[in-house]
Amino acid sequence: MRVEFRLSGSGGQGLLLAGIVLAEAAIRDGKNAVQTQSYGPEARGGSSKAEVVIADGDIDYPKATAPDFLLALTSDAYRSYGLSMKKGIIITDSTVKIDPPAGVPVVALPILETASKKLGRAVVANIVALGVLGGISGIASPKALKEAVRSRVPKGTEDLNLAALEEGLALAAQAKAAH
Amino acid sequence: MAEFLSYFRQDRLPHIWCPGCGNGTVTGALVRAIDKLGLDKNNIVVVSGIGCSSRAVGYLDFDTLHTTHGRAIAFATGVKLARPRLKVIVITGDGDSAAIGGNHFIHAARRNIDITTIIINNNIYGMTSGQASPMTPHGMLGTTAPYGNVEYNFDLCELAKAAGATYVARATTYHYVLLEDLIAKAIMHKGFSVVEALSQCPTYFGRKNKIGGAVDTLNWIKDQTINVKAAAALPPEKREGKILIGELHSIEKAEFTQQYLEVIAKVQRANPSYARNKGVPGCELNSD
Amino acid sequence: MVEKVRLMQGNEACTMAAIAAGLEFYAGYPITPSTEIAEMCSEELPKVGGKFIQMEDEIGSISACIGASLTGAKAMTATSGPGFSLMQEAIGYASLCEIPLVIIDVQRVGPSTGMPTSPAQGDVMQARWGTHGDHPIIALAPGNVKECYELTFRAFELSEKYRVPVIVLTDEVIGHMREKVVLPDPGSYKIPMRAMPQNPAGYKPYAADPNGGVPLMAPFGMGYRWHCTGLFHDENGAPSSKPAVASVLMRRLNLKVENRADDLADYFAEGLEDCDLAVVSFGSSAMAALSAVRRARSEGYKVGMFRPKTIWPFPTATVRRLLAPAKRILVPEMNLGQLALEIERAAGCERPVIRLGKVNGELFHPDEVFAAIKEAL
Repeated sequence: MRVEFRLSGSGGQGLLLAGIVLAEAAIRDGKNAVQTQSYGPEARGGSSKAEVVIADGDIDYPKATAPDFLLALTSDAYRSYGLSMKKGIIITDSTVKIDPPAGVPVVALPILETASKKLGRAVVANIVALGVLGGISGIASPKALKEAVRSRVPKGTEDLNLAALEEGLALAAQAKAAH
Repeated sequence: MAEFLSYFRQDRLPHIWCPGCGNGTVTGALVRAIDKLGLDKNNIVVVSGIGCSSRAVGYLDFDTLHTTHGRAIAFATGVKLARPRLKVIVITGDGDSAAIGGNHFIHAARRNIDITTIIINNNIYGMTSGQASPMTPHGMLGTTAPYGNVEYNFDLCELAKAAGATYVARATTYHYVLLEDLIAKAIMHKGFSVVEALSQCPTYFGRKNKIGGAVDTLNWIKDQTINVKAAAALPPEKREGKILIGELHSIEKAEFTQQYLEVIAKVQRANPSYARNKGVPGCELNSD
Repeated sequence: MVEKVRLMQGNEACTMAAIAAGLEFYAGYPITPSTEIAEMCSEELPKVGGKFIQMEDEIGSISACIGASLTGAKAMTATSGPGFSLMQEAIGYASLCEIPLVIIDVQRVGPSTGMPTSPAQGDVMQARWGTHGDHPIIALAPGNVKECYELTFRAFELSEKYRVPVIVLTDEVIGHMREKVVLPDPGSYKIPMRAMPQNPAGYKPYAADPNGGVPLMAPFGMGYRWHCTGLFHDENGAPSSKPAVASVLMRRLNLKVENRADDLADYFAEGLEDCDLAVVSFGSSAMAALSAVRRARSEGYKVGMFRPKTIWPFPTATVRRLLAPAKRILVPEMNLGQLALEIERAAGCERPVIRLGKVNGELFHPDEVFAAIKEAL
């Protein structure tokens, strides 16, 4: 088994942290995981991409070669990576323009709005997205995801981020039920 | 005289300096200052860069470190931070400290690390036979300033002070007693201390500029200087164009390595489980 | 999760290994993609009583490390291409004066400022010949995060044992990627120790067997009062320009490492015994290469893989022996053929060496290497 994730959006959205937490959750479940990234010179804005490869056995090559799951939080990210998806599914924020259309199923969910409106903090959109990815892929147990979130987020923000994870898992469950 | 010879590696003598050079005078002042202070030879590290002045360390019987051009203060920073109990003294020249090593000089001053830097300023690159340096006065000659130097020189003491040095002094090879006294004070000062020693290079600077031989060049230096205490009583027009000698700046300010040791103590108190045996395994005597 | 299993970044693994090996002094200057090492050292070293200093540039950084090492402290710095270039003069100093020191070079695309956030492997020859004059050097190249830990630890062992600067050559991919690492139990390894003289009386700082011997190093501040100079020096440490002294010194220095080249050789090899084509690659490129080699094997091609972990001294005899069965050699690397030059020298007389260079700031994709394998066969 080799499952590949690509998390894309703009710099400052915290996708790198989401990727790290996903990889750590997989390790907590006894799997192997490698997380890589690419980034530009901008600390905020610009494009950002994190990748996670999860497998039962050894991982020779650390980058995603044909992602099973693409997360695109911005329209730019969708345009950059959406069209190269040959299999798997694309998960986007509801505000992302799906143009031109993709060749694989697209699940659009209110990730950014859930963070800013429901949780009152736009910065936790990354952990909402993590919950969505974790829930839809089923790659890591909710327990491992929770432990990984707790160990990796800044001290003092654990409760907020765990709430964000729950919201993401709930969005994933709704999306699965709808299909 | 004989008692000071014990500070030298006598098997490395005679030295390579020219007759009439001021480097020996400054080195002698350093040795006498150390002797006067009664410091333990085994706790002193003398560091130098590249140039005539930097050859001094090879003759001195301490742990000595003859480094790359301009980097003496950076090497010395490593010695001092690794072993704060050691007295670290840098001997450098005007090219070594003010040109290629200028950045390390101002940053060591900024940190106020407890290193004594003795700059032997002979206004010229002597080792490479007489090129202009950042301390060659405007209009004077060097082999790379054959029509007269169109650049201006630093005031190294003002530079050191502005950069954060907490002890700054200047003397000359003519004012020998003053030089020895200031070096002793600089060594005992807790923080970054600088002593600029104006010195003669008769071979390349004196001769090229038609000043004359060693004695003439020494007098040429002496005639430009005025003691900072005497200067205070003089009207500005009498001080014009004169170089101040004496203790120019001395303040107290928390020293870098001591502050770092306090950081270590604080961090270790907060993380007792981390604390590993301090120092180098098998080298306990050297740890602090 | 068991405490010893960690999701760890390559740069973090280098730092943790250095501290496990007894790192006591770090001096550095911020530069992408190595900066995490400096940041982590600034936080972790005071906890174990060590020292961190951010110097004014990379020249100052390595100079401070040499000063610290002379007092007996294990010292390290980390940088990337532009900073590594600035350090070269001092690397020569450390080689000549035989100062133990570890330098982590997290390679990025160059020359010049290049592409600071993208990976490359263009410092292979800089690691070997960046400073002037013939000099001994050891360079190790981890192929994953686990090896960042192992080889940084090994770098300290070799540096302390042979009194030579050791370079750990990683790159942006390995430095920044996170992987599962099982940390060794602190009781399971021996902390590398520098051999030291026992008595200051009659101490000769550079007395050693002329056939590659390693002199005993006295720490400054212990009563030995010796002279360390970047001038050529005799066994007493006295500067000398006598041809006989220079000759003895240079031969001993270089033999110190070259005589041990095949003992120092550390590598990964798979499927070379019966291969028609050997793929030789290192660092992050080798991850794509190995993936392609395994796919080719599974599809019935006779392809083998050789990945040197010791880049310098180059393991010539080992390469010659292991690559003997190959009819051709393919060398994928993120430069335009630096390791390939050494492969050509070591094993290229009898068979073609095909270069597969990539310098666009992207890691190889396994498909690229697979296509090159099929073309080469």
